[in-house]
Amino acid sequence: MEYLKAFLVGGLICVIGQILIDKTRLTPARILVCFVTAGVILTAIGVYEPIVKFGGAGATVPLPGFGYALAKGAMKGVDEMGALGAFVGGVRAAAGGITAAVVFGYLAAVLFNPRMKR
Amino acid sequence: MDVKQQKLNKEYQIYVQRKMPKSNLLRDCILAFLVGGIICTIGQAVNNLGKSYFNLNTEEASAFTAIVMIFIGALLTGLGVYDDIGKYGGAGSVVPITGFANSIVSPAMEFKKEGYVFGVGSKLFSIAGPVLVYGISASVLVGLIYFFLK
Repeated sequence: MEYLKAFLVGGLICVIGQILIDKTRLTPARILVCFVTAGVILTAIGVYEPIVKFGGAGATVPLPGFGYALAKGAMKGVDEMGALGAFVGGVRAAAGGITAAVVFGYLAAVLFNPRMKR
Repeated sequence: MDVKQQKLNKEYQIYVQRKMPKSNLLRDCILAFLVGGIICTIGQAVNNLGKSYFNLNTEEASAFTAIVMIFIGALLTGLGVYDDIGKYGGAGSVVPITGFANSIVSPAMEFKKEGYVFGVGSKLFSIAGPVLVYGISASVLVGLIYFFLK
């Protein structure tokens, strides 16, 4: 059941992205930026939390989930240490993902070469 | 513009319209749904593995999932498999965090011949950079608003 929910929620978030790509000619790069920012805003106004509760990885694996981690971390940081937490909390919560992206991204780019177009 | 030229233009427009790849929204959406859904289901499995096998709490399990999914995305991009998935999956392969990894590896790999600093090092962030800039800035803003409203 958990897997089915993740599948449905994750799938639906991707469908929203697909409609944006097809209908608005937004490039995938812009979609990524919009989705992360949307995740931050939706978390701030309390909309994304219930989606995460329901969808699990279906809501945290797509890019809005990255925004969710950032916004939730920033608010948690404020609870713990006041205004300073707004600057510390977000990146701290997303640190694993950001570091993995830099390190694994670098390794993959160095170790592999682009494949010839088939 | 004379009549002949106008006629030529019109024919060209028709030609272009006929040759343009027809984007079939319904088909694209179904594929995006399936590919995105499958990637998230794998994410759920990784998340559950972290919780049950490594005894991680909810927050740690999310970080663990993000790290593993990014690893998978970077590896598949390096192997050239992710581009094939992207051909069918469209947004289904772009929107999950594996697509974020893909957006980091592909330009970095492509520009490797420009060196390890300005090639790989800076192209890693050609798409990830804007994502981090807007994501982190928005989160700081949210944190500050939350601080003043609290």
